[in-house]
Amino acid sequence: MTRPTPETLAQRAPSPATLAAAAAPAAPVAPAKVSGATALVKSLEALGVEVMFGIPGGAILPAYDPIYDSAVRHILVRHEQGGGHAATGYAQATGKVGVCVATSGPGATNLVTPIADAYMDSVPIVAITGQVPRPAIGTDAFQEADIQGITLPITKHNYLVTTPEEIPRILAEAFHLASTGRPGPVLVDIPKDVLQAMTTFTWPPTLELPGYRPTLHPHGKQIREAARLMTSARRPVLYVGGGVLKAGATDSLRKLAELTGIPVVTTLMARGAFPDSHPQHLGMPGMHGSVTAVYGLQKADLLVALGARFDDRVTGKLDSFAPDAAIVHADIDPAEIGKNRAADVPIVGDAKHVIDELIVAVTAEQSSNRTGDRTEWWATLNDLRERYPLGWDEPTDGTLSPQYVIKRLGEIAGPDAVYVAGVGQHQMWASQFISYEKPYTWLNSGGAGTMGYAVPAAMGAKVGKPETTVWAIDGDGCFQMTNQELATCALEGIPIKVAIINNGNLGMVRQWQTLFYGERYSNTDLGTHKHRIPDFVKLAEALGCIGLRCESADDVDKTIEAAMSINDAPVVIDFVVGKDAMVWPMVAAGTSNDEIMFARDMRPSFDEDDL
Amino acid sequence: MTKHTLSVLVENKPGILARVAGLFARRGFNIDSLAVGETEHPEVSRMTIVVNAEESPLEQVTKQLNKLVHVLKIVELDSNVSVQRELLLVKVRADRPVRSQVLETVNLFRARVVDVAPDTLTIEATGTADKLDALLRDLEPYGIKEMVQSGLVAIGRGSRSITTGPALRAA
Repeated sequence: MTRPTPETLAQRAPSPATLAAAAAPAAPVAPAKVSGATALVKSLEALGVEVMFGIPGGAILPAYDPIYDSAVRHILVRHEQGGGHAATGYAQATGKVGVCVATSGPGATNLVTPIADAYMDSVPIVAITGQVPRPAIGTDAFQEADIQGITLPITKHNYLVTTPEEIPRILAEAFHLASTGRPGPVLVDIPKDVLQAMTTFTWPPTLELPGYRPTLHPHGKQIREAARLMTSARRPVLYVGGGVLKAGATDSLRKLAELTGIPVVTTLMARGAFPDSHPQHLGMPGMHGSVTAVYGLQKADLLVALGARFDDRVTGKLDSFAPDAAIVHADIDPAEIGKNRAADVPIVGDAKHVIDELIVAVTAEQSSNRTGDRTEWWATLNDLRERYPLGWDEPTDGTLSPQYVIKRLGEIAGPDAVYVAGVGQHQMWASQFISYEKPYTWLNSGGAGTMGYAVPAAMGAKVGKPETTVWAIDGDGCFQMTNQELATCALEGIPIKVAIINNGNLGMVRQWQTLFYGERYSNTDLGTHKHRIPDFVKLAEALGCIGLRCESADDVDKTIEAAMSINDAPVVIDFVVGKDAMVWPMVAAGTSNDEIMFARDMRPSFDEDDL
Repeated sequence: MTKHTLSVLVENKPGILARVAGLFARRGFNIDSLAVGETEHPEVSRMTIVVNAEESPLEQVTKQLNKLVHVLKIVELDSNVSVQRELLLVKVRADRPVRSQVLETVNLFRARVVDVAPDTLTIEATGTADKLDALLRDLEPYGIKEMVQSGLVAIGRGSRSITTGPALRAA
């Protein structure tokens, strides 16, 4: 019987599980008689957990007794959803596994949204939930919910612990599964009586995962074929997705891009994986991508997809996406390859290994004088960049422009700050108008599109990187979903900064009503302008934060600077902006990328002979 | 659409059936038949799943199945290179005047009588789906009072075994 060894476990940047497994032989924990709850907390300590975000309740209560004495910091959140997104923000900012804790029933079901969110964006989190005692399971007991069943389709794996002896092994497996291969959320549901029962704790446990063998190293033949295409294509594009960040492959990506001279696009999940200021960067592709990035993909003769999944928000109408392009698709998850678009060269492997091996193979091709002529391609792309830069029209009604606010925020806070967005117009503008120069400085809910993600995720990011300025850029709609975590921030000393891009409406929905529903604004006016309910400044103050308001372009810089100068409390700025600003460019849902609109009723004009 | 027979080797853990069934259900696949049982390794179970599906969605669902932590190995068994059998138990009306005719049909299909009552016979038959369909067609005129059918089980022909290999040794 072969068991995973520390070597086979060390898949990538060390996860707490692999660190623990590797370090374990030096410092094994002698067997000790403890409760299941203590075994849980000792396991978390042994796994190197620094912090967990949670709320106690009946079924999980036994675990909170040893937590009281533990060196692992527990942050008491105000809603389990906040705890889940905080774990996600922490994981995305640090690369470590985020941990959240909830009790049974409603506590556990409140974690469903953040778990689904982490699943869609492949974020390594471990959710620990209390369950009713074993004899009560299946009896509709008080605060009972089948959270294992509920989270089956939204976790990478989940567990219902049935004996206290299993706790160390299951925790180690959960961390290993969450952080290796394609990362993702893992849920561990522990019945109350299992937490209370006595067991013998030993560490390290032996993982029992015979069916889990992620492929990390790509096939040499496929790499050589990809390199051959990359050095012969005339119109290639590197289509970079979040997998490159997950694999810690951003330095390698830059080397590969510069070695080949191939233009780069970074998806919403990959912003920061390649510097925005780099001359080879065409920007973000997709529904609200730059014209150059969208057309770059459409007109390419070769797409090299690295840790990207041909999401519908990138491809637009799938059967007209990049019709002339050969596809090299590299992903650690074989199920992504060929899922939406057939791959000519499928490569299964970790993005870091893939890119490093591509560099070697491309170098070999180049030394045989095969480099590919990109002169015409770059001339076309540079012309597009010049003619269709990202921008906006200033509002004519004298209101503050949201794009201006976000652009200035990025310029003042700079490339070292971490920016965390909610979902909607402000998210797209934050992706478009802030220049991301470094990896892990842009966090957002890409796949799930979870409104309410920003404030708690920013809290988690700030806990993971306390020395870094963390800005949540949120909408007035999103902010009202999870702002209670500002109380947590104020009490726990987590001084995040929040910029509410307050346009008084559910802005993105309103934009669609403007464009596709004949300006019939059904249920999108939130009253945050008309009635100033809630008053975000007063709300911020009530939650123990500093509240600021800015309503004119002249005040934008000084308000941001005032917020930047406050480091001992969370700050909330209510930027009251115009309600009619729209996100452009736009590829309407279900239409082809060829139909991209540069602005309302404005299609870019292309000289087809150029392409 | 074509019928595909998948042999799925899984760790014998609670909940694995729900995980597998959930993947098929989510993608709108109707499972024609499913049989689960132990293998020569007590910690490994074998599922035989028959689905009607196009090649490309089936490939996607197979890849998704492979991502389940408790799934060890998936092999598609083509009916040309595998032995495929189902089990049928059927209670047929067979009083004196027709009993010998029913027994003749039973013999013709190499089936067996496993229970006798004054007015019925209970018949056990194994075979391919086609053979069992033919048997049922022949029995139908006498009156079928009740029937039950197992899921299909299948095993590859020849000396090679799918239950060897690194994944299985580890389990």
